Amino acid sequence: MAYDSSMQQPAIEAIKLVKRFGEVTAVDGVSFTVRRGSITALLGGNGAGKTTTLSIMLGLLLPTSGEARILGESLVHYRQRILPRVNFSSPYVDLPQRLTVRQNLRVYGMLYGVRGLGEKIVRLAHDLELDDLLERPHRELSAGQKTRVALAKALINDPDVLFMDEPTASLDPDMADYARSLLQAYQARTGATILMASHNMTEVERICDDVLMMRRGRIVDQGSPRELLARYGRKTMEEVFLDIARERHAHPFGQSGAEAGS
Amino acid sequence: MNAAVLGSAERVAAMLLRYGYLLRGSWPRLLELVYWPTVQMMLWGFMTNFLVTNSTWVAQAAGVLISGVLLWDILYRSQLGVAMMFLEEMYARNLGQLFVSPLRPLEWVISLVTVSLLRTLISFVGASLLAILFYHFSIFSLGFPLIFFFFNLMVMGWAIGLAVCGLVLRYGMGAESMAWVAIFALAPFTGIYYPIGSLPAPLQVFAHLLPSSYVFEGMRAVLIQHVVRYDLLRNAVALNVVYMVLGTIAFLIAFRAARVRGMLIHVGE
Repeated sequence: MAYDSSMQQPAIEAIKLVKRFGEVTAVDGVSFTVRRGSITALLGGNGAGKTTTLSIMLGLLLPTSGEARILGESLVHYRQRILPRVNFSSPYVDLPQRLTVRQNLRVYGMLYGVRGLGEKIVRLAHDLELDDLLERPHRELSAGQKTRVALAKALINDPDVLFMDEPTASLDPDMADYARSLLQAYQARTGATILMASHNMTEVERICDDVLMMRRGRIVDQGSPRELLARYGRKTMEEVFLDIARERHAHPFGQSGAEAGS
Repeated sequence: MNAAVLGSAERVAAMLLRYGYLLRGSWPRLLELVYWPTVQMMLWGFMTNFLVTNSTWVAQAAGVLISGVLLWDILYRSQLGVAMMFLEEMYARNLGQLFVSPLRPLEWVISLVTVSLLRTLISFVGASLLAILFYHFSIFSLGFPLIFFFFNLMVMGWAIGLAVCGLVLRYGMGAESMAWVAIFALAPFTGIYYPIGSLPAPLQVFAHLLPSSYVFEGMRAVLIQHVVRYDLLRNAVALNVVYMVLGTIAFLIAFRAARVRGMLIHVGE
């Protein structure tokens, strides 16, 4: 079997990303790596730059400077090679409201070039308890149901890299727990890499291997949940989050955010 | 056919399916396709009936006004077809999902113009059949030049539609109304119902920069003089090549600007 050097490279790599909107610097020299097969959380308060960073990593937003690399390749130069292996879920980016769940999944399945699409939709619908909703227009779904459809769409192409913005927002505790288990099982089965922005610290502690903490457009700390708990002397990730967001705990890492992950 | 082309074709097919679902699921959208051309055609048809006995110019060719209406509607429908399907994505706030998929902007453009072609064909054929029914005038009597007229007007409509889409991408939904009104700004100057020569001299210069002016002049040449003016068709084709290139470039530049400004995520707000 030929040696594939790309397998040694991180699944996701941000290199000195900067994004300015006029006078406002939304992302300020962010560098990080996400290792293959890990689930990593991107945390930070509102306006910390998480969504901007995710948007750059997905190619929706062009950085002012710096580079986004996915699966070892530059997103700018190899977009068409990368995007079929990537997907994205967010409760804040809608699917077409007038189409039924099945129609939306069929359209997106075709966009990703999925083979055996009909069976795939049935299987995902079963996994996410959408069987009875397949013929219902998206606009008639509850917020929780829409989140499950967004997850189904995100998994339609069996992505190697999955970006998620608050994957369990709007789900009741039972469904949220089920969705987390599903994501973990998917990751374990496929070896996929998941980068997720979340405000749910319980979720982060439970399923994430690594955490990237953002504040004011910079990576200010990172590590596994266990490492961060130990470093801040806290019992929960929520307390760690508050320490960092409110700058109650000045950590040396914060002085060199651009080096995060290096 | 290589894998890249097949992949592209499948993504275009996916977008056509998406727009097909949209039209199929909404009867007002289907009704809208034939409503306005039918109203226009009837208005100008009755006007023609009156003028045929009161105007020597119209009496030369009774179909000249109805043909003008039907051909003008091709231009309007083709522009609107592109712009409306584009705006559907804005209303649905769907651009973020679409462009994290492998869909290329140019593939989206191809799907938009294809849907526009299908919508315009439905609209045009429907109104043309009603013209035969009500006024015993068949625009198909124009013969094969009708094909040239049709595609020249289609392409010009696409070009303007893409430029309008670019404006919306650049300036947000505040520019949405351009989709409805942009084409009407050209109507007085392009000689739909009267010869370009009847315009004031400075406006004639402007009219000659519009591919549609040559189409309408060509239409009158067929109906009144019974000649096919290939020189007019050639001018229309040449201008349309320029229009389509400029329209596509304007759209792609605006799309890139939208990626710089974050409009793909925040559009609709």
